[in-house]
Amino acid sequence: MNNSIKVGMADASVCKPPDVITTLGLGSCVGIVLYDPVRKIAGLVHIMLPDSTKINNNSNKYKFADTGIEALIQDMVSIGAITRNLVAKIAGGAQMFSFSNNLEMMRIGDRNVEATKDKLKRLGIRLLAEDTGSNYGRTIEFSPETGLLHIKSVGKELKIL
Amino acid sequence: MSELDLDRIDNMQYDVLREIGNIGAGNATTALSQMINSKISMNVPKVELLEFKELSEFVGGAEKIVVGILFTLGGDIDGMMMFMMDKIASTNLVNILLGNLQQQEISDDTEFSEMGLSALNEIGNIISGAYLSSLSSLTNLSITTSIPYMAIDMAGAILSVPAIEFGKIGDKALLIETEFGDMDKYVNGFFILIPTLKSYLSILKSLGL
Repeated sequence: MNNSIKVGMADASVCKPPDVITTLGLGSCVGIVLYDPVRKIAGLVHIMLPDSTKINNNSNKYKFADTGIEALIQDMVSIGAITRNLVAKIAGGAQMFSFSNNLEMMRIGDRNVEATKDKLKRLGIRLLAEDTGSNYGRTIEFSPETGLLHIKSVGKELKIL
Repeated sequence: MSELDLDRIDNMQYDVLREIGNIGAGNATTALSQMINSKISMNVPKVELLEFKELSEFVGGAEKIVVGILFTLGGDIDGMMMFMMDKIASTNLVNILLGNLQQQEISDDTEFSEMGLSALNEIGNIISGAYLSSLSSLTNLSITTSIPYMAIDMAGAILSVPAIEFGKIGDKALLIETEFGDMDKYVNGFFILIPTLKSYLSILKSLGL
C-alpha cells in the first residue's frame, strides 16, 4: 500500500518508496522536487515567493525559493539523502490572470521560477526537467521509486517528466 | 497604532476586518439579488485567518474547478480583491441571468459560451463594485478598481495569487466566505480582500484604530 504525501502551500515534506509525494493546484507558486536517485529519497517544497530577504516576515522558510530549497535539503539529509546526489524537477510559476499592465506583483510566477533556478544553480543541483510558466494550474506527483514527475492540468493531457 | 502583523492580530482589529467583510458581502449579495431579480438568502459571513496549507481545503479542495474574478485596487488603497465561485455555482448563476431555463446537466466540464463569460465578468464587476463601495463609504477612503480579470482553473492555483500577496505580509490569509442561495439552485462564493500592509493600516486608521 503506497501513501500519497500531500504538501500544502508554503510547506514541504520528504518521501521514500513506495510512497509518492504530491502538491495540488500549483498556480503562481513553484513546486520543487529534489531527488536523490541513489538513496531513492525525494523531497518536495511548495514555495510562494522568490526571495526571503525582501520580506520582513520570513519565519516560514518553506515560503521562499531561497530558504525553502535549503531547508528541504536539510530535511532530506536528515533521513539519509546525500547532498551531492541531488537533482531537481520543478513545475508551476504560472501567471493565472492575464493582466494588461505588467506590474511587478503580476509577474510573481516568473520571478518564482527565476529565483528557484538561480538557487539550484548556486547550490550545484542539476535541473533535470521543468514545466513552468503559461497560464494554468498544475497538480504534481513525484514517485521516488521511478523518479518520474506526473503533471495534471485542467483540460490537458497528463504530462510525465 | 503603527504595527500590524496578521499572525498576531488583536481582537479589535479582527472584529473590524470581519465587520468590513460582513458589510461588503451583504451589499454584494443585495446587488446580485437585484441582478437576477430574485430573493437570495445569505448566511452570516465566515471570516477566517487561515494558514496557507489550510487555505485550499477551506474552499473545498485544491483541485476543485472554480471561477476566479480578480481586481486590482487603486486610490487610497493598494492591493487586490477576488471573488471566487465554484464552476457549477457560476454556471447556475449565468443560466439564471441569461434566462437559460432548459435543464441541462451541469458539470465541471461544461464550457461557458462567450455570452456566458461576458455575463460572469459583469457579475464580478457588479458584486465587487458593491463590496468596495460599502468599504469606501465606511472608511471614507477612495478606492478604484481595475477591469475584471477572470480565470477558470483549480482552486489552489487561483488562490495562489491572493495567497502570495498575503505571504508578503505574514503566514496567514484573511478569507471572507459568504454563501448565498436561490431556493434549490445553489450559488455560493467567496470574497477575498487583500490590501497591502500599508493599506490595512489606512483602513484601520480611517476607522480610528
